[in-house]
Amino acid sequence: MLGRTAAGLFWLARYLERAENTSRLAEAGFRLALTRAESDTEEWRSVITTAGCQQSYLEKHETIRSDKILDFILRDKENPNSVLCAFHTARENARMTRTALTREVWEAINDAWMSVRDALRRPIPERDLPEILSLVRRQGAQVRGAITGTMLRNDIYNFIQIGTLVERADNTSRILDTKYYVLLPSSASIGSSLDNVQWEMILRSASAERSFYWLHGGTVSPPAIADFLIFDARLPRSLAFCYDMITEYLGRLAEEYGESTPAHELAIRQENRLTALNIARVFEEGLHEFLTSFMAQNAAFSAQIETDYRFNE
Amino acid sequence: MGEAPQFFDEMDGFDGIVREPYSAYSDWLQEMSRPALLKKSAEAQAFFRRTGITFNVYGEAEADERLIPFDLIPRIIGAGEWANLVRGIEQRVKAINAFLHDIYHRQEIIRAGRVPERLIRENDAFLPRMIGMDPPGGIYTHIVGVDLVRTGPNEFFVLEDNARTPSGVSYMLENRETMLKMFPELFSHIRVQPVQQYPTMLRRSLERCGPPAADGNRPTVAVLTPGIHNSAYFEHAFLADQMGVELVEGHDLRVTDGRIAMRTTRGYEPVDVIYRRIDDDFLDPLNFRSDSLLGVAGIFDIYRSGGITIANAPGTGIADDKAIYSYMPEIVEFYTGQKPILQNVPTWRCAEKDALAYVLDNLEELVVKEVHGSGGYGMLVGPAASKAELRAFRAKLTAKPENYIAQPTLALSTVPVLTKSGLAPRHVDLRPFVLVSPEGVEVTPGGLTRVAMKKGSLVVNSSQGGGTKDTWVLKGD
Repeated sequence: MLGRTAAGLFWLARYLERAENTSRLAEAGFRLALTRAESDTEEWRSVITTAGCQQSYLEKHETIRSDKILDFILRDKENPNSVLCAFHTARENARMTRTALTREVWEAINDAWMSVRDALRRPIPERDLPEILSLVRRQGAQVRGAITGTMLRNDIYNFIQIGTLVERADNTSRILDTKYYVLLPSSASIGSSLDNVQWEMILRSASAERSFYWLHGGTVSPPAIADFLIFDARLPRSLAFCYDMITEYLGRLAEEYGESTPAHELAIRQENRLTALNIARVFEEGLHEFLTSFMAQNAAFSAQIETDYRFNE
Repeated sequence: MGEAPQFFDEMDGFDGIVREPYSAYSDWLQEMSRPALLKKSAEAQAFFRRTGITFNVYGEAEADERLIPFDLIPRIIGAGEWANLVRGIEQRVKAINAFLHDIYHRQEIIRAGRVPERLIRENDAFLPRMIGMDPPGGIYTHIVGVDLVRTGPNEFFVLEDNARTPSGVSYMLENRETMLKMFPELFSHIRVQPVQQYPTMLRRSLERCGPPAADGNRPTVAVLTPGIHNSAYFEHAFLADQMGVELVEGHDLRVTDGRIAMRTTRGYEPVDVIYRRIDDDFLDPLNFRSDSLLGVAGIFDIYRSGGITIANAPGTGIADDKAIYSYMPEIVEFYTGQKPILQNVPTWRCAEKDALAYVLDNLEELVVKEVHGSGGYGMLVGPAASKAELRAFRAKLTAKPENYIAQPTLALSTVPVLTKSGLAPRHVDLRPFVLVSPEGVEVTPGGLTRVAMKKGSLVVNSSQGGGTKDTWVLKGD
């Protein structure tokens, strides 16, 4: 496979995942706004921080306003991480790697792009927001379904999966880091309704609220949320799950190519670190410090993949 | 369809009586209601959009990907008609290859005074670096798309030879795919020759032209594209996919150990045959345009030393130049010793004084084309032009007559298309796809039928709003 093709597959997956994460974030923010009496600019600020576009947003808009933020993260063409741009980039990468994709996958991506583009053509009135956000997620799911259902399990598939998981690990760690202060054990004692709402927002941003309540029977405690999103390898958006699977796919790549790479070692180290730690130790070290270091290592891993598999000249 | 047509209709002839190749189809069509057909037509458009069969239009930022309109009434060619076309095409393509070999070697045809030397020497499409070079297998034009038009039951003319990098073959294949999906019942009782073998034939044909460096091993083939923003990118990806070969861009390739190698996830691997979809000028920044970002530095040197096959060979453009075109009857005769089977359209070379005078006097009846133009840009269709357009073109012609050729406006045949108000005749042309290898010439039974969707229009180019049809070649008895 061409190095450029591997790059295209990797980024195609990252941007698809990014679009989905951003729409989930928008949904969590929107829901929060609905369930609360007064508007809270801090919550919306945390949405753009988690989406990684606080700076670019503030360069364009002076104030934190929910409608402006939603527009910016969903459909602003100047924001490369907006859902619209992310889908566009994903599709451009799919066009570039067209020969590596099955017809079903290509059509699902093309279809997703066309529906999302049409849905986001005009500013979104509040009443249409839930429908549009669910459309974005549904389209993402259809692409994922086509990938799982029709792609050969070879290097092509492995690069797509690794891209998805790297992006997801980054996203989950960012959700946690933006809100890390409400998750500290000390905040549990406060237990105000404000915190409850914030916890719920964290879980919703990671599509983890149902699983969490199911496992914990409705008792919410901040360390349990952090534990769940970092260490529970059964949750498909947890950091542990992401690195379990990343090492799995790198292992398959190593088998197919007959050689292991430095990126593989980095991933194994990350996985081992997650296995050796637990939530109590993380709080001792500092949650924010742990997440900062995790994100840096995740980024370093991504760069190593690009080098090892000759994504660029 | 109203009063007696002045054009030959391929379904209804001149006299409104359904012609033999269309008889079975016509019976079926009678049974179909217009709403049912229109519904199928809408389905086809949705299908094309979903599969991403689009083309990019230069200079249109917003709507940069467009669908080529697809019309679901097929263009049908009888087995006998086709056999005759194939003979003519083979003859012409063989002559083109012989001509290219000759002008890059001994130039016998110039010595014999059949083609003026000036026309070769001063032609931008002539590549002096190809002189004395023998392309692997002796093949210059591996892929040719001969443009044909028809004016009567037995009157076919070659409009252009397209010996560089003809495009459109993906439409031939996808149009058939679409028809099979929408009208399976038609194919079960009308015996249409298949076209789906084209990618396999293309790969085999390219593999037969491996360079000396392939050393008898099965050659590695790759398709070289300028990238996703090229107007024909869909086709490049489609062909690579269907052939099961890599689709590479210039920056995926580099010279390594005297070979051209592509950067894979596991290191550099040599390529033997490159089916390039970029122009000569952009092929090699070291040897041609130094500002090209699309090509591969040094590929031409590797080519000369037998390290790679480039298809089509650099310098083939000289054979489909519009000024050379007017000499094709002489060229065919010179190399095959036979009269051309397919006719040329009579052509006035405006570089010649008498011809220019005639063209200027009769501008409103002629089609005038730029010698180096393509895609329907920069051309004048006299009968359809306004007074102002004629005036402007007259000035251009007078200023640079050698840039133009002129041809009579042909009464192009029509085939019905489906419109909202029913069937209506529209003008068509035909581009069959031809593969050339040391084993011979293969013509896929079918091709790209382009159709002018506007009533009365003679311009079929997709960049000018033309559409396409599936082309059926019937099986013989």
